[in-house]
Amino acid sequence: MRNVTYVRALNEAIAEEMERDDDVFLIGEDIADCGGVFGVTAGMLRRFGRRRVWQTPISEAAFTGLAVGAAMAGLRPVCEIMYVDFATTCMDQILNQAAKLRYMSGGQLTVPLVIRTQQGGGTCEAAQHSQNFEAIFAHVPGLKVAMPATPHDAKGLLKAAIRDDNPVIFLEHKLLYETKGEIPREEYVIPLGEADIKREGDQLTLVATSRMVLHALEAADRVAGEVSVEVIDPRTIVPFDLDTVAASVEKTGRLLIVQEAWQSGGFGSEIIRRIVDRCFDSLKAPPRVHGSEDVPMPFSPSLEARVLPNPDSIASAIREIVA
Amino acid sequence: MDIDRDEARAMLRTMHTIRRFELKAQHLFEEGLARGEFLGALHSYEGQEAVAVGVCAHLRPEDAVLSSHRGHGHAIAKGADIRAMMAELLGKVTGISGGHGGSMHMFDPAVGLLGGNGIVGGGTPLALGPAFAAQYRGNDRVTACFFGEGAAAQGVFHESMNLASLWQLPVIYVCENNLWAATTPVNDAWPVEDLAPRAESFGMPGMTVDGNDVLAVYATAAEAVDRARSGGGPTLIEAKTYRHRPHCMVIPEHRDESELEEWQGRDPIPRFESYLVREGLMTDVEIADLLTEVEAELEEAAQFARQSELPAPDTFADHLWA
Ligand SMILES: Cc1ncc(C[n+]2csc(CCOP(=O)(O)OP(=O)(O)O)c2C)c(N)n1
Repeated sequence: MRNVTYVRALNEAIAEEMERDDDVFLIGEDIADCGGVFGVTAGMLRRFGRRRVWQTPISEAAFTGLAVGAAMAGLRPVCEIMYVDFATTCMDQILNQAAKLRYMSGGQLTVPLVIRTQQGGGTCEAAQHSQNFEAIFAHVPGLKVAMPATPHDAKGLLKAAIRDDNPVIFLEHKLLYETKGEIPREEYVIPLGEADIKREGDQLTLVATSRMVLHALEAADRVAGEVSVEVIDPRTIVPFDLDTVAASVEKTGRLLIVQEAWQSGGFGSEIIRRIVDRCFDSLKAPPRVHGSEDVPMPFSPSLEARVLPNPDSIASAIREIVA
Repeated sequence: MDIDRDEARAMLRTMHTIRRFELKAQHLFEEGLARGEFLGALHSYEGQEAVAVGVCAHLRPEDAVLSSHRGHGHAIAKGADIRAMMAELLGKVTGISGGHGGSMHMFDPAVGLLGGNGIVGGGTPLALGPAFAAQYRGNDRVTACFFGEGAAAQGVFHESMNLASLWQLPVIYVCENNLWAATTPVNDAWPVEDLAPRAESFGMPGMTVDGNDVLAVYATAAEAVDRARSGGGPTLIEAKTYRHRPHCMVIPEHRDESELEEWQGRDPIPRFESYLVREGLMTDVEIADLLTEVEAELEEAAQFARQSELPAPDTFADHLWA
C-alpha cells in the first residue's frame, strides 16, 4: 500500500486511463498549464500533450456540449467543471442531452462521458461556490453519480467511471483533496454501485456521503462507549447499493443519513424512502436525515460553521435516535 | 475631453481609495491566514482602477451597476461605504451584506450597487433588468455592467447583447480585458484582437479604450452613458487593462514578471497624477495630502471591521425570505 492524497489518487486514475486508452481526453477551464485550480490534472499536459488536454475559454455550455457530442462520436471525454455551482450554466447539456441520448435514440447512441467537478462548503466561499447538487443529478434518470470520500475510493471509482459507457457525474469535495489514505500499489478498479462499510456496528446504521463520511466516523468514535454505529458509504448514489444498506438496517433497526447537501429534498430522503419500502418492519425508530440547514451558504465563518453538519451535531443526532 | 478640477480630484481620490482598500484587504486576509482562518477567495482590483472610476463618474446613485467577482473597485466607485465593505470581507454583522455575502457579493442598492457575482458572466443578463425597468417606467436611469474578458466567452453574454440591442435598452457593457482569466491568457480564449466588432454584429456600438487611462475611459463612457440616457440604446466598451495581483489570493502568480512590470509602468494612478500636476489641476503636496487622508480613512475602516462582531450563529436563517 501507499499513502497518497485524494488529489494524487485522482491524478493517477486519470493518467492511467489516458495511458490505457487513446480515446480518453481532458477538457475544462485552467486544466492544462496550471493543472486545474485544485491540481487534479497536474502534469497531464506535459505527459500527454495538447492533443489530449484541452484548456477552454469560460464557456461551460459549449465545452460540456462538445464533450457530450464527442462521447456520442465514440471518444471518452473527462470534462472538468471547476465548481459544481457552475454546472448550472450547462445543465441543458447534462440533464437534457447527456442523460437522455441513449434512451431517446432507442439505445443506438452511447455517451461514455465523465463530468468531474467538486462541491461542498467549509471554505468561506459563500453561496455560489459551496453547494452540493448530487440530488439534482441523481433525480434525472440516465446519469450515474459518484461521490468518493477517500483517496482509495476516488482512484478506483474514477477509473471505473472513465471505462463506463454511461455519463457519470463524478463529485469530488474541495476539502478532501489534501486528505490522505492508503491505496494499493497494483492497479485496481472499484465497480460503480458497491457500498463500503467503513466501520462495523450493530445498533445504528449511519449512511454518509463524501466529506461527511469523515465526520460520521469521528462521531461514531465519540459515541463508541454508548452506541455501536455502523458507518456505510454508498460511494455512488446512482447506482445505489440498497442491499448493503438494507442488510445493515435489518441488523441495527435504526438509520441516520448524513449529507452535506441541504436537509430538505436531498438524496437522504430518497434513501429513507427505499429503506421504508424494503424493511419497514425492521425499524425500531424513525429514520432521520441530518443535512445542512436549508439556506444558501452564508459567507461569514460563524454562520457557515453553524449551517454545516459536524461531528458534534452528528453525535447528537445519533444519541437522539437511540434515546 | 475636458474635466473640471473638482471632478478630477474626486476621481483621483476614488482611485486611491480603491488601491488602498485592496492593500488593506490583502492585509486583513493575511492576518486571517496567520490565525488559521481562511476568508474565501479575494480578487484584487489593483491596476484596473481607471475603468471603474472613469465609468462610474458618469453615474448617479439611482443608476445601477452589476459587478463581478472582482468587484471591490466597482462598489467603491459607485459610492458604497468602505467601512461596511471592509466588515463584509471579514464576515461581520456590520458588513455591507450583513456577512452573508463576502468579497464577491457586496450589495448596496441604496447607491445602485446591485451586486458582485460568483458566476462568471452572471451579471450580463441581470443588467438587462434594471435597464428594462427604466425603459418600462419611462425614466432616464442607466445600467452599467462590468465583467472580464473571460466572461465574454459565455453564451449568455451574447444573448444579452442581442436583447439589449433588439430592445434598445439603456445598458453599458464594460468588458475589462486584463489579458488573463485565472490562468488562461486571452489569446487562448478569443481568436480575435478586439471585442468591439462583436457588438457591431449585434447592431450596437462597440468601443475600445485604454483602460489604464482614466480620462480616456471617462470620455468613452460619457458617450455611452449619454446615448443610453437619451434613449439611444446599449454600448459595449472594451477597456484594455491589467490586474497587478494574481487571480486571487489562493492562486499563485503564473504570469511572466516582464509582462507584469511592463504593465506596472502603465499604472493608471501615477499616469493620472502626472496629468493633474502637468495641467495645474493639483499639486504634488495636494496629492500627498489626499493620500494621507485616504490612508487614514482606510485604516479606520479596517479597525471598524476588526472590532465588529461576527453574526450570532443562530441568525443563519435571517434574510432568506422577503
Ligand atoms: C461560470 C463560471 N465559470 C468559472 C468560474 C471560475 N472563475 C472565477 S473567476 C474566473 C476568471 C474570470 O476571468 P475574467 O472574466 O476575465 O475576469 P478577471 O478575473 O480577469 O477579472 C474563473 C474561471 C466561475 N466563477 N463561474
